Amino acid sequence: MSEWRPSASIEHLQQRAGLLAQARAFFAQRQVVEVQTPVLASQSVTEPDVQSVQVPGYGYLQTSPEYHIKRLLAAGMPSCYQLAPAFRHGEQGRLHNPEFTMLEWYRLGFDHHQLMHEVADLVDLLLGPKPYQRLSYADLVGDARERPRDALDLAFAEACEGLTPGRFFITDYPADQAALARINSDGQTAARFELVIDGVEIANGYWELQDPEEHRQRFATDAEVRQQRDLPRMKVDEAFLAALTHGMPACAGVAVGFDRLVMLAVGASDLSQVLAFRGA
Amino acid sequence: MATYSTNEFRSGMKVMLDGDPCNILENEFVKPGKGQAFNRVKMRNLMNGRVWERTFKSGESIEAADVIDLDMEYLYTDGEFWHFMKTDDSYEQVAAGASAVADCQNWLKEQDIYQVTLWNNDPIAVTPPNFVELEVTDTDPGLKGDTANGGTKPATLSTGATIKGVPLFINIGDVLRVDTRTGEYVSRAKT
Repeated sequence: MSEWRPSASIEHLQQRAGLLAQARAFFAQRQVVEVQTPVLASQSVTEPDVQSVQVPGYGYLQTSPEYHIKRLLAAGMPSCYQLAPAFRHGEQGRLHNPEFTMLEWYRLGFDHHQLMHEVADLVDLLLGPKPYQRLSYADLVGDARERPRDALDLAFAEACEGLTPGRFFITDYPADQAALARINSDGQTAARFELVIDGVEIANGYWELQDPEEHRQRFATDAEVRQQRDLPRMKVDEAFLAALTHGMPACAGVAVGFDRLVMLAVGASDLSQVLAFRGA
Repeated sequence: MATYSTNEFRSGMKVMLDGDPCNILENEFVKPGKGQAFNRVKMRNLMNGRVWERTFKSGESIEAADVIDLDMEYLYTDGEFWHFMKTDDSYEQVAAGASAVADCQNWLKEQDIYQVTLWNNDPIAVTPPNFVELEVTDTDPGLKGDTANGGTKPATLSTGATIKGVPLFINIGDVLRVDTRTGEYVSRAKT
């Protein structure tokens, strides 16, 4: 007989529902608006290390709501969040699933330091309060200069796994790993942070880059890397750049892997224990 | 030559690494959100039994190893080779060297069935069943009236293996059931 039962226990799924409700109440209380942007759209990201699931005839399942939410912000939406599925091609493992739940939010007028405080408030609410430590990227992997990116990525992943149990904000990423964060005034590091809890990467946030020309340059660099690595070409999202040209207000934004947070909240060690149906 | 990509890796898959055939035990996907993806793989080297951990970039491919496990009947040894025969009525035989039978020699009994691992058709390992039944060839005399609750003694079996933990009531000529994974006495075999 076919395996029909859920991969998660009913008890875990009920706990998950409670955490979703708590997260929504947290934002409602802070007047952060819930938005719903397309999970299926004609365009997707250019980042070389994030692969989109292509849907023939339609475009791509979205890897994050980032571009759509930023278009909303440029159009006048106040601080807002989305709690919805996101998709990444080829990511499958204990801590990865091609479809996952992403909680992403943007705060007008915040910088990344203020946003880190808010992330900690939410995590304290969902997992219970605990202290947070700050580490720089260099604290974890040493001097990143002159080292190949793949070696750095592996060293970083292993350093995160190797952190003692606890909550760590990692800051000061090398400028070439800024993604869509601003570059700090030192010119060397990016205004980007990640949250690692008990060795698991939970959140990634930026003090958001606003300049459309710098976006265009970063997308061009992505395209070069994609070509070198023989990855699918991704078109630049012109609607997103047009919104930035119109003007996106200064803001900070962060994306949280909500399933991983649920996993930690219920004391599980594998996403299968908190996803209703895994690999269905 | 067949190859496997990291996204095809499964436990039990046989691959070539540094010239030796290996059995994949575990495969873990590792990826920082904004970074490159890797597969951290634990595998057992089938030539020496050692467990290796290697990290591959996701999407890399490695050569498949032509390794199969076959149930075969143990026939005899000529002192240099141990001869096994296929159980598919083909009567086809293979000769395993000392290194292939090293972990199994204590439990080899003629006409019993063993799992023979063939790499490019050469036997590289012989695995005994979890339990074998072997005759006692030497042990201290059994004590009358002794029960399973009494003390224990060592016994030598027909293969030359000596096992411990044998109850005192066991005599020469008795057939014992032995757990090959621990090398321990399980029970007296029903005859």
